[in-house]
Amino acid sequence: MRHTLAVLVENSPGVLSHVAGLFARRGYNIESLVVGETEDQTVSRITLVVEGDEKVIEQVGKQLNKQVEVIKVNDITNEEMVERQLLLLKVGADPSTRQDIMQLVEIFRCRIVDIGRRSLIVEATGDEEKIQAIVKSLQPYGIQELVRTGKVAMVRGQK
Amino acid sequence: MLPGAEILIKCLEKEDVEVIFGYPGGAALEIFDALRKSTQIRQILNRHEQGAAHAANGYARASGKVGVCLATSGPGATNLVTGIATAYMDSIPIVFITGQVSTSMVGTDAFQEVDITGISDPITKHNYLVKDARQIPRVVKEAFYIAKSGRPGPVLIDILKDVCADTIEWEECTNIELRGYKPKVTGHLGQIKQVSELIQEARRPIICAGGGVVSAGASAELLQLAEAQRIPVCNTLMGIGSIPQNHPLALGMLGTYGLAVPNMAVQQCDLFIALGMRFDDRVTGNTDKFAPGARIVHIDIDAAEIGKNVRVDVPLVGDLKVVLNQLNTRIQKKKNIQWWQEIDALKEKYLHEIIPAAAELSAVEVLTGLNGVLPTNAIVTTDVGQHQIWAAQLLEMKTPRSFISSGGLGTMGYGIPAALGAQIARSEHPVIVITGDGSFQMGLPELGTALEQELPLKVLLLNNQTLGMVKQLQDNYCESRYTAVHFKKNPDFQSIARAYGALGLKVTKREELLEKVKQFVQYPGFVILEVIVSNKDNVYPVVLTGGGLHEMTGLGKDEDE
Ligand SMILES: Cc1ncc(C[n+]2csc(CCOP(=O)(O)OP(=O)(O)O)c2C)c(N)n1
Repeated sequence: MRHTLAVLVENSPGVLSHVAGLFARRGYNIESLVVGETEDQTVSRITLVVEGDEKVIEQVGKQLNKQVEVIKVNDITNEEMVERQLLLLKVGADPSTRQDIMQLVEIFRCRIVDIGRRSLIVEATGDEEKIQAIVKSLQPYGIQELVRTGKVAMVRGQK
Repeated sequence: MLPGAEILIKCLEKEDVEVIFGYPGGAALEIFDALRKSTQIRQILNRHEQGAAHAANGYARASGKVGVCLATSGPGATNLVTGIATAYMDSIPIVFITGQVSTSMVGTDAFQEVDITGISDPITKHNYLVKDARQIPRVVKEAFYIAKSGRPGPVLIDILKDVCADTIEWEECTNIELRGYKPKVTGHLGQIKQVSELIQEARRPIICAGGGVVSAGASAELLQLAEAQRIPVCNTLMGIGSIPQNHPLALGMLGTYGLAVPNMAVQQCDLFIALGMRFDDRVTGNTDKFAPGARIVHIDIDAAEIGKNVRVDVPLVGDLKVVLNQLNTRIQKKKNIQWWQEIDALKEKYLHEIIPAAAELSAVEVLTGLNGVLPTNAIVTTDVGQHQIWAAQLLEMKTPRSFISSGGLGTMGYGIPAALGAQIARSEHPVIVITGDGSFQMGLPELGTALEQELPLKVLLLNNQTLGMVKQLQDNYCESRYTAVHFKKNPDFQSIARAYGALGLKVTKREELLEKVKQFVQYPGFVILEVIVSNKDNVYPVVLTGGGLHEMTGLGKDEDE
């Protein structure tokens, strides 16, 4: 099963490579990893999506906790949360398809951020499902380039 | 105002460092120069950085203090790697300090530049790259604290050369705050209660003492628990000496290269109480077959060890000394009489389990002979191979910190340098190295350090002209097709003894053995006793790959199926 871990770490150089190295050598599968500073400048938050059964996830959590720079590990998989990924996608567009694409973009409430002669760049944010749906709908028009971030997540309400 | 290197030495002095093992070089020039001025710290010049690392390891294990090891950048640092990994696997507290090229050179593949913090990341508990002299006091304080607290381990500090030269105002660091590192000391009350109930209910309990008992200094607490209920105690290789090996409750070492009695007992027990051990595959054999009828209680300071290799019924995280004290207040007396009848039957059955097969002199006889004359305060270090396993099985060590062997990594070349570290830590104790002709030649350079430091090391060299343990593996798994295990030529070890200023003794015949062993043990100075032993014997009984602990091969004729 897929788990989402919110990991608070010291905002110091080398932390990310420690964490990434740990995953590599213990053979854990990282599906995505996003890191950035938090409301406290001395703390960064790593949002990790990891695939594994209960036993593996328990080990991942414990091994992370063992790192001196790791302050806190939360498995938020089963929490009510808001999760977002960012997608940038360059899709082929000529005068005959441009309208259709614009309509799709409207429906998904994403944005066109660049208009080229033969292509458009679409920007979208959303959860995994939405991002997949957008990619799928734009596929027929010819995806020329695609980048996306891993997901960031925040637990709803007060915590 | 002081240069960074001097601040570093002052900080080490504040940590009560009394000896540093090391090897110099360009990037460590300033540090050695500052070390020269210290009246508190004795500097030991080793003959190889790996030797320095193992010496710091032996020192830490014999003394219970943090070992310190110093090397230069590049090859100095990479030569430490095996030593760092050895310490990491056995949870030995050592602070490694390496010089690094100057700030302006970092990242340019400069002469003798190597990314040692990157390289050592998987084999250190933590490491630091010091880029500013003002960080030195805090980093040193943190490094010592991290190395010795919680589950001990090696910490590396890499310091840039120009940082060592920078002069700044020295401000002592008195307080450190590590919000991500808070070792748990006291056991969870609910779990303490659960464990004490399980122990009370158990009919066939067994305790397994690991290296954690030694590092936590929890031998007295272990004995109190075991004696209160007459619980049999087996031990891992790292746990040797945590209970006197001749104690009536002690069963000896378990594991794939363990003894039959503890192995069989574990497979029959209904409660397995693991103290400060990590269920290494050498300990458990096939984990699916491990202690099939038992509930497992795992007490350890490292939460990540719990449930890592085997299923655990009740975990208990904390400092063993503290947790055992918590437990002991709840334990009532019990005798487990029926269980002891079963164990005594096992003891009867496997009384003569280790019998040399060859007619020639065997390592087993030599070690049995040594055991008979072993001074009670002796410290034994070993190298790695068959001699190590037999030493672990046969020598009756009586105190914690008296048996020093590379358990987790199994590093050949460990025995001699570890012994010199132990001898420096405990000058009044006889220190005996048990080694084979393979391992001896890996640790050889450090005989020079022993000579220079006038250390009265006693080296027992079991010369079988063979890498015996690998030969055994080829017997067990390659149908005795031998490759690269027999030395066709060896140096004259007696000449080596002479060259290094040691008394050389040699035994080739059984008749000379006991007398020479006695002379060896009693000799007050540096001595090397070489005994020519058979290479035919293997460590039997043994659990082969895939087997459970009870499935021991070579138990004697009547046991073979
Ligand atoms: C550095 C290192 N290299 C290789 C090995 C693999 N190995 C394990 S035991 C052994 C043979 C040891 O031979 P010796 O020291 O003569 O002891 P014996 O087994 O003959 O008692 C070898 C090569 C090891 N443990 N460590």
